[in-house]
Amino acid sequence: MNALLSVRNLSIGFGTGNSVVTDVNFDVEAGQTLALVGESGSGKTITCRAALRILPRSAQIRSGTITLNDSKGMCELTSVSEREMRNVRGNRVSMIFQEPMRSLSPLHKIGNQVSEVLWLHRGLSEAEARKEVLTQFDRVGFPDPQRAYDSYPFELSGGMRQRAMIAMAMVSKPELLIADEPTTALDVTTQAQVLGLIKELQRETGMALILVTHDLGVVANMAEQVVVMHKGRIMEAGPAAPILTAPAHPYTKQLFDAAPEIPDQDAVGIPMPNEDLILQMTGVSKTYTMRSSKGWQSEKAIYACRGVDLNLARGKTLAIVGESGSGKTTAARIALGAELPDPGGEVLFRTAPDVDPITVHSMTRAQRTAFQRKAQMVFQDPYSSLSPRMRVQDAMTEPLEIHRIGTTAEQRDKAAEMLQRVGLTEDMLKRYPHAFSGGQRQRLSVARAMMLDPQLIVCDEPTSALDVSVQEQILSLLEHLQDSLNLSYLFISHDLAVVARIADEVAVMRRGLIVEQAPPETLFYNPRHPYTKALIAAQPEPDINRPIDLKLVSLGAGAPDSWDEAFRFSDTVIPSLVELEPGHKVRCHV
Amino acid sequence: MVMLRYAVYRFFTMLLTLLVVSVMVFTIINLPPGDYLSNQIAELQASGQSAGVAKAEFLRAEYALDRPIWEQYLIWIGFWPGPHGFSGLIQGNYGWSFEFDRPVSEIVGDTLWLTVVVNLAAILFVYAVALPLGVIAAARSRTWIDYTSAFVGYLGLATPNFLLALILFYYGHQYFNLPIGGLMDPRFEGEPMSWDKLKSILIHLIVPTFVIGTSGASAMMQRLRANMLDELGKPYVETAIAKGMAPSRMLTKYPLRVAFNPFVADIGNLLPSMVSGSVLVSVVLGLQTIGPTLLTALKTQDQFLSAFILMFVALLTLIGTMISDILLVMLDPRIRYEGREA
Repeated sequence: MNALLSVRNLSIGFGTGNSVVTDVNFDVEAGQTLALVGESGSGKTITCRAALRILPRSAQIRSGTITLNDSKGMCELTSVSEREMRNVRGNRVSMIFQEPMRSLSPLHKIGNQVSEVLWLHRGLSEAEARKEVLTQFDRVGFPDPQRAYDSYPFELSGGMRQRAMIAMAMVSKPELLIADEPTTALDVTTQAQVLGLIKELQRETGMALILVTHDLGVVANMAEQVVVMHKGRIMEAGPAAPILTAPAHPYTKQLFDAAPEIPDQDAVGIPMPNEDLILQMTGVSKTYTMRSSKGWQSEKAIYACRGVDLNLARGKTLAIVGESGSGKTTAARIALGAELPDPGGEVLFRTAPDVDPITVHSMTRAQRTAFQRKAQMVFQDPYSSLSPRMRVQDAMTEPLEIHRIGTTAEQRDKAAEMLQRVGLTEDMLKRYPHAFSGGQRQRLSVARAMMLDPQLIVCDEPTSALDVSVQEQILSLLEHLQDSLNLSYLFISHDLAVVARIADEVAVMRRGLIVEQAPPETLFYNPRHPYTKALIAAQPEPDINRPIDLKLVSLGAGAPDSWDEAFRFSDTVIPSLVELEPGHKVRCHV
Repeated sequence: MVMLRYAVYRFFTMLLTLLVVSVMVFTIINLPPGDYLSNQIAELQASGQSAGVAKAEFLRAEYALDRPIWEQYLIWIGFWPGPHGFSGLIQGNYGWSFEFDRPVSEIVGDTLWLTVVVNLAAILFVYAVALPLGVIAAARSRTWIDYTSAFVGYLGLATPNFLLALILFYYGHQYFNLPIGGLMDPRFEGEPMSWDKLKSILIHLIVPTFVIGTSGASAMMQRLRANMLDELGKPYVETAIAKGMAPSRMLTKYPLRVAFNPFVADIGNLLPSMVSGSVLVSVVLGLQTIGPTLLTALKTQDQFLSAFILMFVALLTLIGTMISDILLVMLDPRIRYEGREA
């Protein structure tokens, strides 16, 4: 055995239950990248954590060995003492976790948390460690290492925190890095940059990498070896190229089919019709004022939305795409009347083509009640958007009770009907949400939103918390419902690939402004704005021959004042949206 | 610099709150019809002792009880000239106790700082016991250590304090020769502070501290354990383990720091609950604290005495919350740097 890390016959289980990881074998060679791919519940995370023995307390390694064989000698990780293990962790093998927002202690300075690795493993003094950490910060791309050293995590963006995590993992120069979904919680442009950074550091140091991910696009961009896991077993393993170009196992094929992709386009799309508009937003802005902590300074204005004009035709889907903080959710909340636009903004909702519109931006109480029956929302996280203490039936009939519709029996029948519509069965009415999987819960959320027979549904990232195969099912469900009930969707997402499939028109937002707006086909065929180009380029494709073009990403993902002259905007100087071709608008100076 | 400004700001809000509290205290005490003197006058008239009536009438005028209530309040605080010019709380005149027929300052004198001492000792006890036990119970949750400490904790919560006091006195005296009752040997009472007096007070403090602190300690221990368990599940703990930290150091550096916040925030609430909660214990143990005096004053509508004691407790509480607020700002950068330019 001379692989850097070799896993043999590994089985892990909880308590007395069945094993959740069964007979797993793989090798990681020095300097190589191995991707551990699978959906949630596949055992991929447990497997990689077993290497550092960071497992939930009730989990135990039932059989098998994990052997580390680095320049510091050979080490049997499943059987060494806890003290020996501590010497491995963070020193010989490091780990990066999924949520950079929560993986750093909120109360300690970044520098302190990173330097700690050097204090622990190399016994460096504070000053010596500081010097090394600053060098490392510089390498992972902090513009001002000194400042980052003395910052607290909450002062940094998600991407910067993940850079800090990478610095923490790399500072002790381990020969193996385990990254557990390191970019899943990040925006797609940030993801591209972080992946690029990991790759670059790997090239510099020659360290090996185990990358745990559910995203085949990430795999195609990073891995040399691939291990596909499903229900605790390895389905397929081997070099990346053959698996990614011609998967042999049906499960791998299934994963590939479900992976959303930005399709190749060879023509512009048909613009969304401009008549029979169900929702019309005109000149919608939203400014929040942030109170300054220092009393004498004036309040700071934050422009969540600036002059947003959006039209949604009946029975169509309008998607708003952007990174976190782009104002897409604010726009959706204003469309639902949950938030009022700044004076001057107008939101009109028409229940039928020729009736008077409801003025959503200034509703009376009665109008609001009527409006709420026509417009509903599906939320992002199916795990927290259903009350764990309410039976499915109660959660579903509650809207009817609030609006006093039907008798109890009728309400129940309606709930049963809706469950069937979303592909669940009537006998689930008596269950509680915890008895459902993530995908089923999102179906429940959709069914709940449908209870009042709405005409407009606002979907706020309805699939981003789900596995790709489940995501695929939910999108199909939404499409099916739209076709059969003539629903209109306002679809919020950060994922262009998801949007490509479902939207009739896409509005790309950045810093509260719509920067480009077009039908998806047009957008992908002929993207004009640097930010749109960056979004498209940053989308990891499950195609090993189409790696992420980091240059394109960094051109557009930076601050608006780093863009080309023609597109640049600041707080005061904002170019207007220009219609380049029918249905294709770009914000640029002409 | 930020800290100092915050502390000054916090101090002024405390003074403001204290003013509001004083209005409320004074109003509530004057809510029941009549006052100590009018009750006494009625009683004297019924038994035909006119000499006593004259004295009571004199006192009424002397302490401005015949004036409108708002004027009484202002005189009591010292914002308004009374029969003897400006002479209120802020001038250091705490008023007259009708029940004991002595100035309030004379009655509360010693007991004020003894109250502070007893309660401070109890709070220190609470923290000293709850902190390590809570952390250990959380780190070893669902083991015999956890269960045992929970069991003992619930026993502490459930045992009535006065009962615990009697039991401890008995055994404390029998086995450790601890003194029974009081906060110092009687021969030191009224004496100036000396080494022997201090020693006597410390020995007398042992049982009361234990009695008053037990339930607070077990409640706090359970809370700390729950907080710690919440924190232990957070990803940053995993990060710390993955760094290769030893469990004990990891526990104290990361989750405890976060779990500690509510702990600190509690300082303000502990003080009043201890003062009012320890009345019964003080009676049983014969402690010269302010609790029993407050009880008597409230029962007999002795308004200046009760108002002063209530103000004193309010002051302790406000100081407690001020300290905990300032500590929190020092401990938690998220509060300190809220809104700092990134």
